[in-house]
Amino acid sequence: MLLKDIRDLLDAVVLAREQDMGMEIERAYCADLMSDVLAFSISNSLLITGLTNTQVIRTAEVATIKAIVFIQNKRPDIQTISLADEKKIPLLVTNFSMFDTCGLLFEKGLRSCSDLEF
Amino acid sequence: MPCCEGVFFLTGKDFKNAGAASSSLKGILEDIGIPAATIRRVAIAAFEAEMNTIIYSVAGMMNYVITPEMIKIRIQDMGPGIPDIDLAMKEGYSTAPDYIREMGFGSGMGLPNIKRNADALTVNSILGEGTTVEFIINLTPED
Repeated sequence: MLLKDIRDLLDAVVLAREQDMGMEIERAYCADLMSDVLAFSISNSLLITGLTNTQVIRTAEVATIKAIVFIQNKRPDIQTISLADEKKIPLLVTNFSMFDTCGLLFEKGLRSCSDLEF
Repeated sequence: MPCCEGVFFLTGKDFKNAGAASSSLKGILEDIGIPAATIRRVAIAAFEAEMNTIIYSVAGMMNYVITPEMIKIRIQDMGPGIPDIDLAMKEGYSTAPDYIREMGFGSGMGLPNIKRNADALTVNSILGEGTTVEFIINLTPED
């Protein structure tokens, strides 16, 4: 799934790296606990979270997360956006809840970081 | 591959720069040409250890040594020490205050996450003095 399709599906606003919307996303992980992201996400996945501090970007960087969607219109501050831009991690913000965000993406074929088959 | 080593200094409660050392280390490993999957393991383990230092201690340092055989990271902190290391190694056990949890950490996954990514891990702690976490990630000849 292309990041621009995710943007359109979630009616999301792009906060960083607009130029990367052609990026391909195959897996997603959602959490507000960054240690869970470090433990259970896989490389090159999309992170869906309600946390907006700079640690989210640091976590995404070390866990090689490709892009981040902030849910429920939660917006990071300018330092966080700048850090994401510097680390080349696209940021999107949607008004949907975490459940709805995951449901919409799942319905369109995006799958989790687990090996479960549906 | 050349051997190299270095050190990063960490300041307790400096959440603005928390993760910067691990980020720099990741960049060094990328420059050397270490495979991405190995870099991810090192970066995750280093980041967890760095966050522990930032959260719990006054200050600390992260030393790294890279040889053709392995990457060795040692994080020493001037913190309160860990009363029961076996308990701290259990997933979900945490003594972190609420404001740390609100930042997305302190869920009791730090040391377990380091162990999960490392080929060898040692934790030494003295109450009232500090904790030293040392881990090794092996490199194969193909790396």
